[in-house]
Amino acid sequence: MTSLSKTPDFSTASPSSGDEPFLVVDDLTVKFPTADGLVNAVTNLSYAVELGKTLGIVGESGSGKSVSSMAVLGLHDARTSRITGSIRVGGQEVVGLSEGRLQRLRGNEVAMIFQDALAALHPYYKVGGQLAEAYLAHHPKASKRDAHRRAVEMLDRVGIPQPDMRAKDYPHQFSGGMRQRVMIAMSLINDPKLLIADEPTTALDVTVQAQILDLLQDLQREFNSAIIMITHDLGVVAEMADDVMVMYGGRAVEQGPAKEILVRPEMPYTWGLLSSIPDVDADVDARLVPIPGNPPSLLNPPSGCAFHPRCPHVDKVPGNLCSTELPDLLPARSGPDHLKRCHLVDPSAVYQTEVLPEIAPDLVEEN
Amino acid sequence: MLGYLVRRLISAVLVLALVSIAVFALFTYGPRDPAESMCPESHCTAQRLESIRENLGLDRPFFTQYGEYMKGIVAGREINVGTKNPIECDVPCFGRSFKYGVNVWDYLKPRMPATFSVAIGGAVFFLVIGLSFGVFAARRRGTLADRGIVGVSLLINAIPYYLLALIAYLYLVSKFGLFPDSGYVPFTDNPGKWLYALLLPWLCLGLTYSTQYARFSRGSMIEALSDDYVRTARAKGLAQRTVVFRHALRVAIVPIVTIFGLDLATLLAGTIFTEQIFGVQGMGLANLQAINIGDLPIIEATVLIAAFFVVASNVIVDLLYSVLDPRVRLA
Repeated sequence: MTSLSKTPDFSTASPSSGDEPFLVVDDLTVKFPTADGLVNAVTNLSYAVELGKTLGIVGESGSGKSVSSMAVLGLHDARTSRITGSIRVGGQEVVGLSEGRLQRLRGNEVAMIFQDALAALHPYYKVGGQLAEAYLAHHPKASKRDAHRRAVEMLDRVGIPQPDMRAKDYPHQFSGGMRQRVMIAMSLINDPKLLIADEPTTALDVTVQAQILDLLQDLQREFNSAIIMITHDLGVVAEMADDVMVMYGGRAVEQGPAKEILVRPEMPYTWGLLSSIPDVDADVDARLVPIPGNPPSLLNPPSGCAFHPRCPHVDKVPGNLCSTELPDLLPARSGPDHLKRCHLVDPSAVYQTEVLPEIAPDLVEEN
Repeated sequence: MLGYLVRRLISAVLVLALVSIAVFALFTYGPRDPAESMCPESHCTAQRLESIRENLGLDRPFFTQYGEYMKGIVAGREINVGTKNPIECDVPCFGRSFKYGVNVWDYLKPRMPATFSVAIGGAVFFLVIGLSFGVFAARRRGTLADRGIVGVSLLINAIPYYLLALIAYLYLVSKFGLFPDSGYVPFTDNPGKWLYALLLPWLCLGLTYSTQYARFSRGSMIEALSDDYVRTARAKGLAQRTVVFRHALRVAIVPIVTIFGLDLATLLAGTIFTEQIFGVQGMGLANLQAINIGDLPIIEATVLIAAFFVVASNVIVDLLYSVLDPRVRLA
C-alpha cells in the first residue's frame, strides 16, 4: 500500500478566481430512455473542481463516471438523454445550452482526453492536421500555417521527438504512449481551463503510465488548469488527485479530500476497491480481495443502498435498512469535507478491525 | 507500391486469360455449331457446311484457334471469308460477326458511348441520391424520417427494375410525353438532346440502385457516427457539419467504394433493360440481339469486355483503398 500512502502534491494549489470553483456540478441526473426502460446512468451527483486542482472520479464500469463527465461537455444527444440539475463551467450554465454555444465551450474551455487514443484519433488524418483542426475550430482568424506551427509546438511540449516530422504521421504510426501524448497535446492546444481525462492510462503499460501522469502534472502546474481524472485505479488517484469521488451505480457513495478517503474510508465499496488493488510491495500475508457479485443494473437499480447485494457488512445494520432505504450522503466522523453514503453506525471501527488487517496487516500494527 | 501494382496487374491479366479460355471453350464445344448458324437453312448442304468450317478454321485444334483469336485481340489479324480475299481485322480484333458481316469491334465500338453515357450518368445519380438519403437517415436514426427512408427504399427495391423502367417509359414518355422518345442522341451531335434523352434512364437507374446505396451508407454511417474519433471530433468543438462530413463520412464511404466499383463495371459492360426499354443502341442491346440470333463472335466479345471491366474495376478499387485508408499498405 505504499503508493496509496503517498501524499498528494499540493504545490499546484492556487486560490480560485471568482466566487465559486471553476466547475460546479449540482444535483446532476442523467437518464437514457431505451426500449427496455429508463437507464439511470447518473443520479443526484454534486461536485466542484477548482483551478489548479485535480478531482479523481473512481468507480467500476457503468458507475456513471464517463457519463457524468461527458455531460460537462454537453456531449449527450438531447434526443436520447434526459439531463437535469446544473453544470456551471466558469459560471456559465451548460445544461440546456445551445449546440452553437456548446461548440465554443468544447475543446476551448473544457477539453477531454479519451482512453483509447488509437480509436479516439481519426485513422485517416495526419496527427498534425488533427491538432491544427482543433486549434482552428477556436481560432477562426488564424491561418493554416499558424495552426500547424501551433500543432508542432504542442507535440514538442508533450515530449514527442522530432515533432515537425511526426506531425506528418498517421495515428497508427505511433506507439501507444506517444499516441496518448498526441491526444493530450490536442486537448491542450487551446489552453483549456478544465481538462477531463477519461482513463488516460488504462491501455498503457506501467512505465508509460507513469510518464503520462507526470506529464499531466507538469502541464497542470504550467497552465494551472483543473483536472478531472476518471479512473478505476486508486493508485492513479493517490498519485494525482487532491479530491476523490467514489461512484457506484450512478451515485457518489463517498467523496472528499484524497488523503482522507484513502486513509480513512468509511464506505464498504471503497474498502472493496482498496482491497482489490494488487501491490508488489505488500506483505505476503496481504490478500487480494475481489468484490463479489456484479455491478448493479441501472435499469432496475437495487432498492435501498445500491451496494447492499454485494456488501459484506449488511448484517451490522439493524433492520433491513440497507435494502429498504437509500442512505444520504452525509459528513463522516473525520470532518465535514468527507461525505459518505452508508448506514453503518461506526464504519471506521469496522474498517480498523475487519478490513485493514485483511488488506494491509503492516498498517494495523502502526496504529 | 510499384511492385504491388505489377503483381496486381499480372494477376488481373491471368484472370482475364482464364476467362477468355473458358468463354472460348464454351462456344467451341457448346451446343451451337458456329458453321450452322452461318449456313442459310434453305441452301445448307453438307459440303457447304464443311467449307464454312474450313474457312473459319473450326477444324483446327482448340488452342490453335484460341491462340489466333487472342493474337487478333492484341495484334490484329486477317480473317478468311469464303473464297474472297482475306479481310483485315485491326486491333482489337474480336473476329467477324456471322450475321452482319462486319468486324465485331467495328460493330461494338460505336455503341460504347451510349452505354457509357447511361452507366456513368446513372451511377452519379444513384451514388448522390443513395448517399444523401443514407447519411440523412443515419443522422436521424430511429426517427420517423429514418424509418420512412428505409421503408420506401425497401419498397422500391422490391419492384423489379425492368417493371419500374417500363412503367416510367409508358407513363412519362408515351402517355404524358414529359421525356422524349428519341433513343440515344450522341453528345457530339447535340449535348442538350443527349442530356434530355438520358435523363429518364438515369432517374430510373438512379432510383433503383440508390435504395441499396441508401441502406448501405446508412448502416456504414451509423457505425462511423458511434466511433470514438467522432466523439473526439465533437469534443474538439467542431461544427456538426464538419463532424458528420469530414470525420464520419470520410470513414463510412470506404466500404461503399467497393460495391460502387463493381456496380459501375457491370453497368459499363451493358445496361440491357435500360437500353431495350428506352431504345438506346448500346452494348447491352447488341449483346441481347447477338444472343437472339446466335452471333457467337459478338457474344464472345461482349463477355470478354464485361470481364475486362470487372477485373479493371477491382484493380482500381484496390489501389483506391490505399489512397482512402492510409493504414492499408500496398506490399
